[in-house]
Parts: sequence; structure tokens; C-alpha cells
Amino acid sequence: MPEILITLAIIVIKVVTFTFLVVLPLVPLSVYFERRFSAIIQDRVGPNRVGIPLTLLGMKKDFHFFGLIQPIADGLKLFLKEDFTPNHVRKAFYWLAPALTVVPALITVCVVPFGPDVTLFGHTEKLVIADIDVGPLFIFAISSLTVYGITLAGWASNSKFPFIGGVRSTAQMISYEICLGLSIIPVLLYFGELNLSNIVEEQAKNGWLLLPLWGDSAPWNNGGNYSAWLFLIPAFIAFLIFTISIFAETNRMPFDLPECETELVGGYHTEYSSMKFAMFFMGEYAAMVIGSALIITLFLGGWSFGFGFDDAIANFAIGDFKIGGLLHVGIFLGKLLAFILFFILVRWTVPRFRYDQLMKLGWVIFFEAALINVFLAALIIAAPQFTSAIIASGSVLLVVVTAAVIWVAKVSEPPAKILRA
Amino acid sequence: MVQMGMPPRPAPGQEPTRDENGYEPIGWIPRPAISCANTVAENMGIRTSGELVEKCREGVMEFLLINHPLDCPICDQAGECRLQEQSVGFGRGVSRFIDMKVKKPKNVDIGPRIRLDDERCIMCSRCIRFMDEVAGDAVLGFTQRGTHTTLTVHPGRLLDSNYSLNTADICPVGALTSNDFRFQMRVWFLKETPSIDVNCGTGTNIVIHTRGNTIHRITPRQNDAVNSNWMPDSHRLNFHYIDSEARLTEPLARDNTQHVGTTWTKALETFATKIKNFAADEIAIIGSARMTNEELFLLEELRNTLGVKNFSLVARNGDADALLIAADRNPNTTGAKLVLKQDDPYQSLAAIRSGVQSRKIKALLSFSEDLITDAGFSAEDLSKLDFFIQSSLLANPSAAYADLVLPGAAFAEKRGSMVNLSGRLQRLNRAIEPPTKARDDWEMLRDLISAVTGEKSALHSIEDVFKKITSTISVFDGLTLSKIGAQGIAIQETGYKIALLENERARKAAGIING
Amino acid sequence: MPTIKLTRPKLDAGEKIYLGAIFKGFFLTLSHAIKSLRGKSAGAEGLASSGLGITMQFPEQRWDDHMPEYYRGAPTLVTDEQGRERCVSCQLCEFICPPKAIKITPSEIPSNDPWAKVEKRPLEFDIDMIRCIYCGMCEEVCPEQAIYLRKDYLITGTSRDQMVHNKEKLYEIGGVRVGLVNKWNELK
Repeated sequence: MPEILITLAIIVIKVVTFTFLVVLPLVPLSVYFERRFSAIIQDRVGPNRVGIPLTLLGMKKDFHFFGLIQPIADGLKLFLKEDFTPNHVRKAFYWLAPALTVVPALITVCVVPFGPDVTLFGHTEKLVIADIDVGPLFIFAISSLTVYGITLAGWASNSKFPFIGGVRSTAQMISYEICLGLSIIPVLLYFGELNLSNIVEEQAKNGWLLLPLWGDSAPWNNGGNYSAWLFLIPAFIAFLIFTISIFAETNRMPFDLPECETELVGGYHTEYSSMKFAMFFMGEYAAMVIGSALIITLFLGGWSFGFGFDDAIANFAIGDFKIGGLLHVGIFLGKLLAFILFFILVRWTVPRFRYDQLMKLGWVIFFEAALINVFLAALIIAAPQFTSAIIASGSVLLVVVTAAVIWVAKVSEPPAKILRA
Repeated sequence: MVQMGMPPRPAPGQEPTRDENGYEPIGWIPRPAISCANTVAENMGIRTSGELVEKCREGVMEFLLINHPLDCPICDQAGECRLQEQSVGFGRGVSRFIDMKVKKPKNVDIGPRIRLDDERCIMCSRCIRFMDEVAGDAVLGFTQRGTHTTLTVHPGRLLDSNYSLNTADICPVGALTSNDFRFQMRVWFLKETPSIDVNCGTGTNIVIHTRGNTIHRITPRQNDAVNSNWMPDSHRLNFHYIDSEARLTEPLARDNTQHVGTTWTKALETFATKIKNFAADEIAIIGSARMTNEELFLLEELRNTLGVKNFSLVARNGDADALLIAADRNPNTTGAKLVLKQDDPYQSLAAIRSGVQSRKIKALLSFSEDLITDAGFSAEDLSKLDFFIQSSLLANPSAAYADLVLPGAAFAEKRGSMVNLSGRLQRLNRAIEPPTKARDDWEMLRDLISAVTGEKSALHSIEDVFKKITSTISVFDGLTLSKIGAQGIAIQETGYKIALLENERARKAAGIING
Repeated sequence: MPTIKLTRPKLDAGEKIYLGAIFKGFFLTLSHAIKSLRGKSAGAEGLASSGLGITMQFPEQRWDDHMPEYYRGAPTLVTDEQGRERCVSCQLCEFICPPKAIKITPSEIPSNDPWAKVEKRPLEFDIDMIRCIYCGMCEEVCPEQAIYLRKDYLITGTSRDQMVHNKEKLYEIGGVRVGLVNKWNELK
């Protein structure tokens, strides 16, 4: 009996810690970074004022701390704003929609490995909420539910701009879901594994997928086997497609067509205010955090520090407590923040796509590229078992198929119109 | 100012030469001619532009403006000033005159309603001629000579004719301005609504000048069948009551001794329940010949609905002057006769009064009339009534005795038609909105009718009412409100003559004026 | 009119992938960010930057010393050296004002006033500073040189009423302006 109670308690602690103390605070933090970093890019200052007004208490200077308290003020403002429900909306769905965007994003947290094992009181525990064997599939299954929230918001608002936003978002998400799924098949083939914790551990031991410089993947350790290095080609293609698709999936610039201000006022959340709007906002940023986490986990070694230091870090212990895992959590969060900064950098660099360009990119380029990439990866993985004749014919076949696909894509393109002045 | 010329007169037997377009060559007169003082002849050549003409116009403008003060920012005429327009069109923009301008009296008080500024005067003498020939009260004239010519009133006299404000209208500059309109509003802000005057049976055509929801002034509008170009001061200035303090803005119901504001719905409900307690011969209705045809028509309908026999309008008489003011001070007596199909709609007023005094009549409905001031009722009479309902614009003595006071719309706030004494159907137009909860009278009457019958009325606009009139009364046959137009339509020959028009005709016949 | 045929530039294979251009873009934005962090943004000096980007930190640092000559701040009414209020309430500014921010009630100057010959002055002169767009049309149109845009830019208030400048307030901000044309001073 107490055994079960302890397990339950541990689960609750993990859920609370990872969702509410790690991922949720990352949301306002990334908003702060977004505002601050974009300000710096644009020669501005950004929010640097909000703090504790110590001068009111008779001290000499206010406490600003670079405006890091700004997110709290933002949250407070959103809480205290009038929660206005327009008369013309469909109430039930209108209320349901914001929840449907936040909840899936937070549920996906449960399969992300934040670190390796920790041992406390002689009890070893993995730093992941649910260590299930279908990690990436689970994430895809749950995160694609977000689209319901957005579509419902657009439809229930009963107003034209949200409606267009909702429709755009549906089409976009469904399109990129496919690229997302296809693009990581090479990765899963390579690891032969769907458990994210094991994937990360494998990378920690034998080199990251995009940095195979130690362990078994390095040719000087495995007796001159260059297949891990050769696999960098499909891995990089997969990484590219996956990252860009994540941008589309999270409605971030340059693919934020469901909510682009210049065309649709606020897109699907035009009619929302106060905390309901904040929930869309949170959902979007939480999706961004989870997306980054997934990319890091699959391609960039997750919580691993790399270069063979991971065992040393993992074995760091104070007395009986092996808390090296917590250091790994720190490393993971560091990588996460770096990737969020990359998200922001992209937002302020790349202009927004046109909707037809977006669709073409998804269906004509990424879909085909991911498909061919799967065969390429398979060929590379299978190469050691086959004779060179089979490999050669396979390569030729692949080249022919690739050429055929490119040719079809070219032919199916409508002829360019002649523009007149 | 134009340049003129005629083709050379051919010698006897000589054919005139013509160019390829069939025109004869013009021998131009080397000096410009005043265009308004010349008549056009066959084969005449006229140049409206060209160096000579333009230079001469500029020169004339320069002379006109030499002594004219730079008063435009404070001058009421700015915006409708002929001199300003000419100066913009033909002047040079900059003055070359470096000497002192001639100083003349400014801000002269020459009459109770008119202010004179002699510096602005351009000596056109229109005002002198108007006072002499039209108003028949020659009090204006010029003194001094040359640049020092000064307009003034005759010694010991004042410009106090009841037509004096017309001089301000015809003054092309700001020399004569109205005291009432002085510094009230610049004319370019004013919206102009054509309408008609309701102060007497003549039905003078007017323009109501408004900005926002305020009337700033009223000016006469040309209608050669009614008022020519003029109107009396007394009628022109009688509009300030519209936004006075006494204006009623919401329905009032009497709560014991005090009147309290109520809503239209409640007021109509009260009316419907109370009026049912009285038999038809216990009710009397007093209407007004200041109501439009449409309102009178609905009043008649209300009378029929209630089956009331005691029904009268209130006569209102004054002295006629020899120009525009009629003895009948009700604007729509002729219309009332037509719509109510009575020869004398005023006749049963005395009977109603005695009925009220003898308590035979217990309920009285009065519309647009102040019974104590205008209809000879006393306060005692009105306090005898069991139910007294009154519609009016202003809080007046008889309204104090009413159980229900319904706020109506003033003449500038409604659309509708009236027939003047000479039988001309003319239209009122809405220039401003009624204040707060005050309602157009025809809507009020329509709602009273449906409050009695309990049915929804099919009348949704004033046009619907007029359509109903045309279908029941033959003289209005084939007309609509918009067909009446700005100048009105003569629908009946009454034989009434407007004195001012008769004067004009006589002078025309005597050859004193053209036109 | 000549017809100009525009053709899209031909892209080679490398350009068609766009990745190069995107990375170039990253470099550009990042270099901007670094410049901004080092306080070396273009134009930072001229705008008296606080050190980050080109932004001035407002309540501590004021713009006053850096205001250009042509700056258009709050519209005000001025008096001249004789202490005469120059406005004669001709209402041209009210007419020209694009957002309809100006409201004037004209009145007559009483005959015992030393400037009675001017005849007209505003009884009330309200400028709604919430509506004002600082376009300067009122100054441009004024025939009496009475309304000027001053350099006051801190127009704040806690209610709508406070944001309406009445006549007293306008003269207070406007002050005295000398060297104007004095057309009313002539012998009259």
C-alpha cells in the first residue's frame, strides 16, 4: 500500500514540478525574451521598468532587475482586464476554445525527458513524467489537438477575421503535421527506438545525432565505421524539415498566417480578451517551448552535455543523493533557452510567407523531401549488410525517383505570369 | 466688366464680309464696358477675359478696396460677402496703398435690430432704395461726397421699420448687420434648410440656418408668388423660443400637485385607460391651425376614433400691415378648412368653453395651443376638468393644469405641409432634431390613436400620412410631399391678395421697376 | 505610355534554396543586436540615446534640449506686447481643424474696454487635446497671428475634462509673443 502511495506522490510531484514550475514559467520568460531581444534587434530598449518601487519606501533607487518582473505585471494585467464575451458568439465553444489550445500543449510535457535518473533516499527515479515507449507519437497525437482549439475559436467567434484565421490554421496545421511525422522517421530508424529517454541516453553515450564526435559514432572509436557520419546527411535534412515544420505548427513567424495582424486584425483570437486571450497566448508559447524541447531531444542530445562528460555529471552526488540529474536538467533548460532565442531571431529576420507559398512549401517541397529522405536514411542504415551492387542499384533508384519527383513538381507548377508595369 | 465690339456697318448695297465660320469681323471698342448696363445685340462680340478686361477688373477691385477695412476676421458677412468673392476672383491679393485709409464711423447704432459699419460700405445704395420703395419708410441716405460719402439715417429718425433686417440681407458687404445674429456664428458653418414661416397666414418662404442642433438665424427665400424676397423682422426673429429654458423635453404626468417626468409608453397607457372612462359627449378636442395638414388629418382621425363631436381650432388674429403680415396669424387656416372639411373650423370653441364651465365636458384634449393665453379659458375652467391632456412645446400657464403634458416638435423640427391664405400648398422641412424625448406631433397623434384602438398603425412615415390625405381629399389628388417642391403649388383659389405683391405689380405696371 | 516588361530575376540553384539568404538575414539582425547592446546604433548620438539602441529613457532624460526648431507641440493662444488677446474668434481654425478639436464661442467686446474697436473676441476657446493631432493647420490659417504651436509636448491629464484646454490655459501656455503685425493699432 505505502509503495503505491509513494509512487503516486512521486508522480504528482513530477507533474507539478515539470508542468507548473518548469514549462509554465518558461512561457512568461520567453515572452520577456521575445520583447527584450526584439527590442535590441530593432535598436530599442524593451521592457526594463517594471520592478519594485523602492523609492516609495524611502530608498535611493528603484529595483528594476532588467525589467524581469514585467511578465508578472503582464499576467496581472490580463487577469484584471474585463473578460468580455461579445453577444454574437457561440458561447459554449467560445469558452472551450482557449482551454483546447493550452491543455494539449501542456499534456505533451509528460513525455519530454528533462534529465537522466536521480537517486534520492535510495530510490532511483527518471526525470520524465511518463516514460512511455511511443514518445514522439504521443506528442504528435496530442499536439495536433491544438488545431481544434484554434478552429473552434475562429468559428465560435462568429466574425469574419477570426473565421478566416481559423480556416487558415486548420489547413496549415494539417499540412505540416505530415511533414513533421515523415521527417523524423529517419531519426527513429537510426535509433530503432520510440522511447525519448532512451534516445537521449543513446545520444549522450554515442554522440548527438548532429554531433557524432564521441562514443560509438566517432570513426576513431568504432574502427573506421563512417556510417554515423554519413547519416549526418539525412539527419540534417530531417532536422531542417522538422524545425521549419515546428515553426508552422506553432504558428510562429514566418508562418503566423492564422493571426497575422496586417491581414486579419488578430486572427482567430480577435474577439477574445483578458485571460481567454492570455490562454491562447500561453498555448502558443507553450507549444513553442515543447517544440524546442522535442528538437533538442531528437537532434541535439536532449539533457546531455556531450563529449563524454555525461557520466561524470550524472554520478555527481552529495552523500547518498545522486543529484547529477538535476545538473542535466539545467543543461536541458540552457539548450531550451538558446533554441527559444533562435525562434525569436527567426521571427525578426524572416518575413511572413504568402499563404500559397506556405502551402506549396508544405506539400510540394517538404512532403517529397521528407519521403525521399526516409529512403535515403534507410539505404545508409542498411548499407553495411548489403553488397556494393545492391547499394549501387539502390542509390541509382533513389536518384531516379528523386529526379522524377522534382520533375513532377516542376511540371505541376502553373506557368509564371508575365507582370506588366 | 467685359470688352465689347460690333461688326462694321456695311455701306448700302454692300454685303458684310464673313470668315469661314460665318462670323463677321468685330471692331473692338478700345475701352471695357460694364456688362450689367448693356444689352446684348445680334452679331455683338464679347470678351470676358483678356489682358485689357482683367487689368481693368483688377483696377476696379483695387479702388473698391482702398478704403475698405481689413475686418474680414470679425465681419459677420465674411463667407457670404460679394466683395470678398469678387476680391478672390478678380483682385490682386496685395494692397499697394500706403497712405492712411479714410476713417468713418464704425459700430453705429442706427436702429433696434441693425448695426451700421460705414467703413465697410461700398455705396451701392441698395438699402436706401429698399427702405424707400419696398418698406415705404425712407430713413436712409448718403451724406458727404467722394471718398467720404457716408451712409446714415435721417436726423432724428431710426431704422426701426419692421422690415429693417432685409437691408442686412441685401447689403453685399458687412456694412449693415443684424444685432440678433451679430457674432453668433460664421456663415460657413451654417447648414441651410428651406422651409416656411409659421407666424402668419402668408406663409413666407424662409431658409433656416443651423449648426448642430441650434438655429442661428432665419432669412427670407425668394418666392415671387408669396413673399418676393422679403420678410418682416418680427417673424424672422421669432425662433429663440425653440431652445429656450421653458422647452419641454419629456412627457410629464401629474402626480397630485407636481408634474413628474415619465416615458411615452406610460403616458400613452395612462391616456388609453383614462379616456375610456368618459362618454363621447363628455370629451372635447381643441386643435390648432398652427398644425400641419398631416397633423390635422390625424387629429380628425383621433376625433372619429373617439366619436367626439366637440371639436374646434383656436382662431388667432392680429393687425395686418400693408406688406406681408396677414391679419390671420394662424399659418394653416386654409389647410384646416380643407383637411377638416369645415368652412369655419373655429366656430365651436365658445360652445366647448361653456361646456367645460358647466361641467358637461369632463375630458379635454388640447393640441399645440395654450388655452389660457390664446383661447379665453380661465385657470378655474381648467381645474374643473376631470382629465386634461395637452401637447405643447413650452411650459405655459395651461400646461400647469394638465394631467398629461406631451412635448411636441417646433416648426423647424418637423416635416409637413401647410396651405397659406392664398391657397398655396407649401412644405416645412426639418432643420434640427427635437430635443431629447420630444416627438414629432404626427407620431404623437398616431400613437394616441393606436393607444385607443389597440391596433398597430400602418403609418410609418410622414409620406404615408400624406398619401392617406391624397386618397381622401380631392384637392390634394396626385400630390406627394416631395412634389410640392421648394416653391409650393397653388391648389385652391381663395381670392386672398398679398399686399406686398400687389405693390410690386403696381410699380411694375407703372414702369418703375423691371422684372 | 511605354509598356515596361518586368521579369522576376533568375535565381540559381543556391539562391532557390533560400537558406543562404536566411542566414545572411540572421547575421544582419544579430549584428544589429550587438551594435545596439554596445550603444553604437546608427543615429544614437543625435537622438541622445540612453545607451541601448537609440531610445531615450524618458522621465529621467528629457527631450527638451534636443527639440528641433520646427517642432510642433501644443497649440496655444498668444497675447501681444500691448497685452491684447490677439484672437478675434473668426473661427477659421475651428473650420480648418481636421479632427474638429477646436470649439469657439464668440462674443462682443464691451464698449468700455480699451480695445473695444476690435469688436470681437472669444468668450470661450476650447481645444480638446485628446482630439488634437498637432498638424499646425490652425496656426497656418490664423489671419490674426493669434494661435501658435508651442513646444509643450507633455500634455497629460487624468480625465477627459482635464485634457480640454480652455481659454485661460491656452493663454497661460501661449504667453506673450512680440514682433507680430499690429493691424488694430492704426489710428481708428
